[in-house]
Amino acid sequence: MDNNFIKRTILICRGSGCNSMNAGIIHETLKKVIEEHNLLNQVEIKLTGCQGFCQYGPQLVVQPDNVLYVKLKPKDLNEIAEKHLKNNKIVKEFLYKDPKTGESIEKKDMIPFYSEQIPIIRKNCGIINPEEIDDYISVGGYDALKKVLNNYKPNEVIKELETSRLRGRGGGGFSTAMKWQFCLNNPSEIKYVIANGDEGDPGAFMDRSLLEADPHSVIEGMEICAYTIGASYGYLYVRAEYPLAIERLKIALAQAEEKGFLGENILGSDFNFKIELKKGAGAFVCGEETALMASIQGKRGMPRPRPPYPANSGLWGKPTNINNIKTYASIPPIILNGGKWFSSLGTKDASGTIVIALTGKINNSGLVEIPMGTTIRNLIYNIGGGIINNKKFKAIQTGGPSGGCIPEQFLDTPLDYQHLTDLGSIMGSGGFIVLDEDTCMVELARYFIKFTQNESCGKCTPCRIGTKRMLDILTKIVKGEGTIKDLEDLEKIANIVKNTSLCGLGQTAPNPVLTTIKYFRNEYEAHILNRKCPALVCENLIEYHIDQDLCTGCGLCKINCAVEAIEGEKKHLHNISQEICIKCGVCFSICSYKAIYKKTNEN
Amino acid sequence: MGQNIVNELEYKDKNDILDIINQYNKDKNNLITILQEVQKILGFLPHNAIYFLSEELKMSPAEIYGVATFYTQFKFEEIGKYLIVCCDGTACHVKGSPLILNFIENYLGIKPGETSNNKIYTLESVACLGCCAISPVCIINGDTYGDLTTNKIKRILNKLEKEIKD
Repeated sequence: MDNNFIKRTILICRGSGCNSMNAGIIHETLKKVIEEHNLLNQVEIKLTGCQGFCQYGPQLVVQPDNVLYVKLKPKDLNEIAEKHLKNNKIVKEFLYKDPKTGESIEKKDMIPFYSEQIPIIRKNCGIINPEEIDDYISVGGYDALKKVLNNYKPNEVIKELETSRLRGRGGGGFSTAMKWQFCLNNPSEIKYVIANGDEGDPGAFMDRSLLEADPHSVIEGMEICAYTIGASYGYLYVRAEYPLAIERLKIALAQAEEKGFLGENILGSDFNFKIELKKGAGAFVCGEETALMASIQGKRGMPRPRPPYPANSGLWGKPTNINNIKTYASIPPIILNGGKWFSSLGTKDASGTIVIALTGKINNSGLVEIPMGTTIRNLIYNIGGGIINNKKFKAIQTGGPSGGCIPEQFLDTPLDYQHLTDLGSIMGSGGFIVLDEDTCMVELARYFIKFTQNESCGKCTPCRIGTKRMLDILTKIVKGEGTIKDLEDLEKIANIVKNTSLCGLGQTAPNPVLTTIKYFRNEYEAHILNRKCPALVCENLIEYHIDQDLCTGCGLCKINCAVEAIEGEKKHLHNISQEICIKCGVCFSICSYKAIYKKTNEN
Repeated sequence: MGQNIVNELEYKDKNDILDIINQYNKDKNNLITILQEVQKILGFLPHNAIYFLSEELKMSPAEIYGVATFYTQFKFEEIGKYLIVCCDGTACHVKGSPLILNFIENYLGIKPGETSNNKIYTLESVACLGCCAISPVCIINGDTYGDLTTNKIKRILNKLEKEIKD
């Protein structure tokens, strides 16, 4: 046998993102290719969860070389086997290329997207096989639980959390130590632990990918919580829209039980704990803790006023600790490395890291975990690789429908809870959407209000009626029918909804409206005063035209027009009838010669 | 009236539903899970199944409808052979999902929430499928299609049309 052979492991990403780009076929083909090249003894193929770099899927990492291959097609695998696995030559063609320099980067850690990251919550994501508990154990999994059961009293766990300054990762940012302490203080004999995996924000997939890539870390964190507060039953609440996460959690729970990490007398102690998996049924408001508990009890997921807080009266009236799944996943590393270590990362306001789903008009979409305090500029231009097609950055939207839009002048703001709140936005659970010059901020505000209005449970009046009124006004404005009085009313109603709604959904729903009015008032005024949409988005305020010089008369637009608004003979200039055109934009996106352009109203 | 409606339910479906109810201890607290399981076998929640559940769980049909209609996952009408779920999450939205949805609407002649008369297509618009990195996205019968353009979705729909004819 050739001495050139190095024992290698190929980590193939099987997160939902890559799966949707045919990672399954890549995986199967890879198995065949390895066999055909007689590499079965030298190469181990390992399925992993999301490796984070979703934009470049399907992808795989060759270890120990630490080489990342991206955007793979089944036919590429032969070449990788032949050149890299057999002859130790890296295949340049399939490497990631820096969008700025065009240079290909060999080592995964040298790619800016990865090099700035400090994975704590995601430390095992993309590295272990989420369907094998032994893989989790081999990287120190369940060691924190052992440490706690053997050496810690409940108070000592809380002390450690206090030192770590961990704040809830679901968006609220409440002190985890304090939350657990409230529950511990309650003398009730029955208590519950709930993990909130009802990630409903559009544009957020951090929780999904964590559950798919490292389910045991959440389970271990929940167990440490249960031991600390004195609970013996827990619920893991996950969106039904996440079938792969649910599947992998089922496997993880069964394996943990089999190995004695869950159930009776865990690891020989007198600690008992069981976890039940609950599937959400599609209601955004169920991310709110009291609504989530109603849903677990089989009821309509409507929130109720607090106090009493769940720590006093939660599930079935019993003391309940409810945290986001990322909060639970943060617990084992804190126990193993100490609260001091965790506290040393981040800012004065917030310790540790933040997991961000970075999407929108950005070159490197995907999941990143960076220390609190990283600036927005670093996130967008370094880690994110800048804006697609070098367009002009307009704003970054944080916190989903509960958050706000942060404009260019605040690019150097460090990311933590306080700084984002000061700007009128929120950290939220970590969905960050980058917007460029082609995004209309008024239309975006309308989009978010349409979402929250739709998801409003209807229990309290400000949210039920207020969001509807806001939607009506915004719809008027994007149609070019708004008045300055409407804008004043909109601001007034937004503040009322914010200040008087029952739960977090209503209290934060106006944020996208208020921040866009604050930072992009000129766009609102352009819609109202000039009947113009500067970003060329709002249907009523734009027209589609054909450029005489660019049109080749190919007829593609004509055959694709749903309303027959386009006329013109083959090989002759085509023309769009403004009376018939419904402004669906199909011709604009379908033209191969970029001959169709948009313009906003002249008058 | 309730009894007549329940009698419309096929014998096999009744037994399957009973199995589900028993599996969850006839417990009202498990109503959402039970509804999810029933929908899994029947494809939607027909009126007669709701009445049957109401008898077995000792809840009024109104109570069950109250819960079921609160959650978007539950369907009360039969869905078409192809379920086209078009994502309009924020990332998809800013990257052109309204255009894609518009195209599908025009192509199929149905709006979101509707099923075509021949029961072939059901169109849905949802607020985020979590595949934001490959936006805009559609899921058709469980298969995900990403980085959509009008051209790409047209090819996909043409392929479905061809499948139906074959």
